[in-house]
Amino acid sequence: MSYLRMLAAGIAAAGLAFAGTADAQTPKRGGTLTYAISAETPHYDCHASDTFATLHFASPFYSTLMQFDLSKYPGVKGDLAESWTVAPDLMTYTFKLRSNVAFHDGTPLTSADVKATYERLRAPPTGIVSTRQATFGDIDTIETPDATTITFKMKAPNPAMMEHFASPWNCVYSAAKLAADPNFPRNNIMGSGPFRFGEHVKGSHVTGTRNERYFEPGKPYLDGFRGVFMSQPAAMLNALQGGQVMAEFRGISPAERDRLVQGMGDRVRIEESGWTLNLLVVFNVEKKPFDDVRVRQALNMAIDRRAGAQGLARQATLRDVGGLVRPGSPFAIKDADLAKVPGYGTNIAAARAEARRLLQAAGASNLKFVLHNRATPQPYTPAGIYLVDQWRQIGVEVEHRQSETSPYLAAMSSGNFDVAVDFSNLFMDEPSLGLAKYVSFDRAPENRSRSIDRELDRLYDLQSRERDTTKRYDIIRQFEARMFEQVYQAPLLWWHRIIPTNKAVMGWEMSPSHNLGQNLAGVWLNQ
Amino acid sequence: MLGYLANRTLLMIPTLVGVAILIFFMLRVVPGDIVEVKLRGDGGSVTQETIEKERARLGLDQPMIVQFGQWMTGLATLNLGNSMWTDRPVVEEISLRLELTLQVALMATVIAILIAIPLGTLSALFKDTWIDYTIRIVTIAGLAVPSFWLGMIIILGLLYLFNWLPPITYTPFYVDPVANISQLIWPALAVGYRYSAVVARMVRSSIVEVMKEDYIRTARAKGVYEKLVVSRHAMRNAMLPAITVIGLEFAFLIGGLVVTEQVFNLNGLGRLFVQAISRNDFTLIQSIVMLIAVVFIVTNLVVDLLYAWLDPRIRYGSK
Repeated sequence: MSYLRMLAAGIAAAGLAFAGTADAQTPKRGGTLTYAISAETPHYDCHASDTFATLHFASPFYSTLMQFDLSKYPGVKGDLAESWTVAPDLMTYTFKLRSNVAFHDGTPLTSADVKATYERLRAPPTGIVSTRQATFGDIDTIETPDATTITFKMKAPNPAMMEHFASPWNCVYSAAKLAADPNFPRNNIMGSGPFRFGEHVKGSHVTGTRNERYFEPGKPYLDGFRGVFMSQPAAMLNALQGGQVMAEFRGISPAERDRLVQGMGDRVRIEESGWTLNLLVVFNVEKKPFDDVRVRQALNMAIDRRAGAQGLARQATLRDVGGLVRPGSPFAIKDADLAKVPGYGTNIAAARAEARRLLQAAGASNLKFVLHNRATPQPYTPAGIYLVDQWRQIGVEVEHRQSETSPYLAAMSSGNFDVAVDFSNLFMDEPSLGLAKYVSFDRAPENRSRSIDRELDRLYDLQSRERDTTKRYDIIRQFEARMFEQVYQAPLLWWHRIIPTNKAVMGWEMSPSHNLGQNLAGVWLNQ
Repeated sequence: MLGYLANRTLLMIPTLVGVAILIFFMLRVVPGDIVEVKLRGDGGSVTQETIEKERARLGLDQPMIVQFGQWMTGLATLNLGNSMWTDRPVVEEISLRLELTLQVALMATVIAILIAIPLGTLSALFKDTWIDYTIRIVTIAGLAVPSFWLGMIIILGLLYLFNWLPPITYTPFYVDPVANISQLIWPALAVGYRYSAVVARMVRSSIVEVMKEDYIRTARAKGVYEKLVVSRHAMRNAMLPAITVIGLEFAFLIGGLVVTEQVFNLNGLGRLFVQAISRNDFTLIQSIVMLIAVVFIVTNLVVDLLYAWLDPRIRYGSK
C-alpha cells in the first residue's frame, strides 16, 4: 500500500472524511458569492506568501499545474495538466497541459509559462521572495519540448512530489510578465483562473467576475464573488447571521459556531474536520538560557496539554493533543506512546516537579522572559494566556507580548525573540512537508528556533526517501523522539476546523486545510 | 479680518514644519524596520542582499538628512510619495479612507450638536429639577459608555430586532445615498452620543455661569422676554466654550475611531493609521500625522472665526 493510500485510509478511519457539502443537485449558474476573509493579504504574490489571506484572495484568479481532489483527499487531479506520467524511479515527471487555456489578458498559457513559474519558485531572482524555494530544491531541470508538454527532472526522488505540484501556492504566472518584471505578481493579478480580477479596495474587499474563457466547460457557476475583509470575529459573525456574507472559509471557534447555530437555525451549514495546523512553542536557542536543553525541557513538560485541550477546545480553534504529525493521520504517534512524553501525558504534577528540578539544575529558577505571540484572536491569544499560566505554576514569570502578523513573523524570521508561539501551516498530511520545519536552520529557514541538529537532518532525509511505509513510520518516530528530547520546538495543540456556510452555498468542499479548494470554480448558489 | 486670516495661515507653516520634523525623526528613533517586516513578514527565507536591495529602492539607505530633505521637498510640492508597504501613492491610500472618515465625523458632529445644545440648555435652565437630573444621567451615561460598545449594542439590536444589518462595504454618497446613509448613520450615532454628552455638559455649565452675569440681569430688568434673554444673550456667549469642545472632538474623530471602525467593519483612516504603525510604513504614518495636524490647525482656526461671529467684542486683526 502506498503511503498516500495509507493516508487516505487513515483519514477515513479517523472519521475525518469530509462529506461533500452540496446536495446532489444540478448546479445553477448566476449570483455573486460574498464571503468573509478574516485578514487582508499584504500583497498578491502566492509564491512569496504563507498566509491563507493571500489564497482566499487570489486563488479564484489563478490556475495551478495540479490540484488536490478534495472528494478523494489527499488524492490529486489535474488543473492545467490534462495528463501526466511519473517515472518508476520518481526522477522524471512529464505533464501534458490543456491546450485551450488563456490568461485573462487573452494570451495563451503554454508550457513556457509553467516553466517560468517553477523556475521562479525554485530559484527566484535577486529581490524576489519564494517561500517554497526549499520545497522545489529537488528539481534539477525543467524542459519544455513543446507548447503543451513540460518535464521536470529531479536531483533526487521525492515521493511527495505530485502533492507538491498540487500545492495551492504554485499560482501559474505569465512568462512574458515575469520577464518584463519579476516582481509583477506582487502588485498585479493576471492569471488564468475561473474568475477575472475586478477590484481590490484596500481595507475593504476584493471582487472577481466570471472568466468566460475558463478552460473547464460550464464553470465557474457564479457570476462573480466579493471577498470582504473582516478582521473582527464579532463583526464577521454578525454579518454571517445577518446574511451579508455567506461563508467564512478559514474557521471559527466552537463558541462562535454555537452562536451561529442558535441565531441562524437551519439557515447555516456547519462542517468540521481536523486541521493541518498546529501551534508550537519555539525556543530561540541562540538566546540564553534557551540554549540549555534543561530549560527547554522544563518549560515543555510544565504544559498540561491534556487539560489545556479540554479547556481551550471550548473557546478556541484548538483541540487535539498530538506530536509532530497530525493526530489521526497515518504517520502520527499513537496516543498511548505520546502520553509517556512529559508534558503530553496525564501526570502533570510529576512533570512539573521534574521541571522545577531541571530549572534549578540549569540555574534558571527565577526565569523571566517575553513570550512573543501573534495578535490574532483565534487561537493565538487564548493559547498565549494558557502558556503564561502554565509556566507561572513552576515559578516562571512570562510577559505576553502580541504583535500584528507581519511584525510577528518578521521578528521570528530574524531571530528577534526569546520564546514564541509559532504555527505550522500545512496544506496536506505529508510528513516531509510537516517535519521540514524541524530540520536545521541552515537548511530550513522556517525553523524559528534556529537550531542546528544534524541527527534530525539525517533522519529527515532518511524518512523522505523511504518508500516502505512501515519503515518510514519507524524513522519518523525516531525523529520525533529526538525532537521531544531536544525540545527546540514543541507542539502545543492541533487545531480543529469549523466552517460555517449559508445553506444557499453549494459545491464548496471541506478539507483539513484552509489553503485548499478556494478557487471557487465549483461553487454555486442555490437561491 | 483678511489680515488675521493671512497671518493665521502663515503661522500654520512653522507649526506644520515642527510636526514634520518631530514625526520624521521620532519614527527613525523607534525600533523597527519596514523592509524586515515587509520581506520577512511572510515567514519566508530572504537573503540580506534582497533586504539591502529593497532598502535602497525605498531610499532608506541614504543619510537621514537626505531622506528628511526629500520628505520636506515632497511636502512643499504636495507630493507625499508612495506607501513603503503597498507602493501605491500615499494620497490614494489616504483619500480612499478619508472620505468615509470625514463623513462619519461630520454626521457625528451634526448629531452631537442636535442633541447637545437643546439638552444642555434645558438642563441649565431647569437646574436641579427632575429634567436636569434626567439629562445629567443621560449625558453621564454618554461619557461612561464607550462608543464601540454602544456600536456593538446597536448592531446586535438591529440584528435581533429587525433581522437587518447595515451594508458592510462603503458606497459613496454620490453613488447611492441610501446605501451610504444606511451604513454610516449607525457609527455616527454611536460616536455622536458620546460626543453629544461631552458638548451637552459644557453647554450646561456655560449657560449656568452666563445666566448669573450682570447683562442677563439687565436684560431681564429691561423686560426682555425670557426666551430672548436665553436665545439672544445667554446662548451666544455660552456657545463659545462649547464650540471649542466641538472643534476638538471633531478633529479627534479624524484618525481616532479605530475600535468603532472595527465594530462596524469600516474602512476608515483610524484602521489605516494603526496598520501603518504596525508595519513601520514611514511615508504613510508621516502623511497621516500631517493630515491630522492640518485638521487640528484648521479646526482651531474655524473655531476662532466662529468666536468672532458669536461675540462682537472679539475682532481679529483690528487695533
